[in-house]
Amino acid sequence: MRVEQISIFLENRAGRLAEVTRVLGKAGVNIRALSLADTSDFGILRLIVDDNDKAKAALKEQGFTVGKSNVVAVEVDDRPGGLNRILEILSKGNINVEYMYAFVQHSGENAVIIFRFDDIDAAIKRLLENNIKVLEGKTVYTM
Amino acid sequence: MIYDEEFETLPREALEAIQLKRLQQVVEKVYATVPFYKKAFDEKGVKPGDIRALEDLQKLPFTMKQDLRDNYPFAMFATPMENVVRIHASSGTTGKPTVVGYTRRDIDTWSDLMARTLAAAGTHKGDIVHNAYGYGLFTGGLGFHYGAERLGASVIPVSGGNTKRQVMLMKDFGATVLSCTPSYALRLGEVAAEEGVDFKSLKFRIGVCGAEPWSENMRKEIENQLGIDAVDIYGLSEIIGPGVAVECVEAKQGLHIFEDHFIPEIIDPETGEVLPYGEPGELVFTTLTKEAFPLIRYRTRDLSVLYREPCRCGRTLVRMGRVTGRSDDMLIIRGVNVFPSQIESVLMTRKDVAPYYLLIVDRKGHMDTLEVNIEVNENVFSDAVKDLQNMEREIEKDIKDLLGVSCKVRLVEPKTIQRSEGKAKRVIDKRKL
Repeated sequence: MRVEQISIFLENRAGRLAEVTRVLGKAGVNIRALSLADTSDFGILRLIVDDNDKAKAALKEQGFTVGKSNVVAVEVDDRPGGLNRILEILSKGNINVEYMYAFVQHSGENAVIIFRFDDIDAAIKRLLENNIKVLEGKTVYTM
Repeated sequence: MIYDEEFETLPREALEAIQLKRLQQVVEKVYATVPFYKKAFDEKGVKPGDIRALEDLQKLPFTMKQDLRDNYPFAMFATPMENVVRIHASSGTTGKPTVVGYTRRDIDTWSDLMARTLAAAGTHKGDIVHNAYGYGLFTGGLGFHYGAERLGASVIPVSGGNTKRQVMLMKDFGATVLSCTPSYALRLGEVAAEEGVDFKSLKFRIGVCGAEPWSENMRKEIENQLGIDAVDIYGLSEIIGPGVAVECVEAKQGLHIFEDHFIPEIIDPETGEVLPYGEPGELVFTTLTKEAFPLIRYRTRDLSVLYREPCRCGRTLVRMGRVTGRSDDMLIIRGVNVFPSQIESVLMTRKDVAPYYLLIVDRKGHMDTLEVNIEVNENVFSDAVKDLQNMEREIEKDIKDLLGVSCKVRLVEPKTIQRSEGKAKRVIDKRKL
């Protein structure tokens, strides 16, 4: 039920993001989803890729600081109010969302949202109890 | 104006006779009462009785800041604590400060020297002194305070900070003398303008500025913007605090050193060799009259030059040029002494960061800024922004707690800070004074 996400520390300077995508491209790693959080002096790039180990090794070799964390991928009805329903469920269950971002999907009826929670187990339990579709990691890496 | 007509204008011969007598006394005293000096003199094979002329001072060993640290907190005191009425402290090179003590007579001497300093700058009885030097362990605030009182001026102990309120008080109280760091003088001018107060319409005549290096250009800026005469002062807590040397407002050309209390020397910082007048080098001071904390040939690490030409103000005292730099890596940031090694000692106490850092010092507007770059590594890296920002805030707080100066911590990518291969570059100082 957990999806592995890698995160990369980036200084705010020109060309750093391109350096990451260059390294991943060269290593033959495909990016499934990404989000970039930025502050005035640094950014954190979060990625879901098709091969975490390969991506991590390639980036570390180039001197990047790479972290690994677990996130939850949730299928959301691709219609008005779809995301809101899920957020209401989480909010009523007192589950805090650290951050979230949307998945790029080519086809299908549903959208995929990636959630990062403080308490991942409680969040998964809450979502499943409310019949929300939580995707398996291997499904997400190969979507 | 000359506060102590007799001692500030002594003929050289008379002054040197006083210096020799006092030097012999202080050397006897430290040898007998401070174990550090007994050992240091013995190691050099010199006895107090060997000091028969002023030139014999050169036979004595130097005192380094490290020696003060080794004797922390009170082991350099030449008198029992029961005679010490005041303690001050300034930054040491690592976590522990440099501690200095004063007897009642030392405070009296210091007050006199500060009265001389303020008078040389043009202050007299009836003036109102707006004293924006920090009060507390730092010697600036209380040094000026006692000097202004000794002179018979009215002193406003406003200390540092809360600049808007200071502007209000300056205007309402009609202060005539401003004592603060040169950068803070400019900052006060700036804030006054923001508050719609025309600084030149205030009653200020004089600024007595020091505690950080500044330049002739900065003097011009202060004088033009604030409509005052700005004079440079010099002092350091180890020697007594402010009150070691001052420019006279008449000439504004070099700082008169109060030689009846302190003997200055200029040395080559590499070899320790004493240099002749006119040659730039490191300033070394011997205190002649201090009771609680006398120092023999203390190496200040400040770079300057001494010259003997008489001054038109009438003082016969030797003058030192503006301090032009340091012979070590100490920085002065908003008047606070900062050693890069102090930052390192903060980082060493944390298990999560590597002790590699780069300090970037700049001056934005008129205020010094300190940025500390620290490398992110996998121990601390988190995918959540708030975790990294919390860590930045924590380190900023640790540094502020130890150094008393606020800074901005910036996280940078690993291995981007130069590693120590011989001499790593730890500081980039972008300030143009």
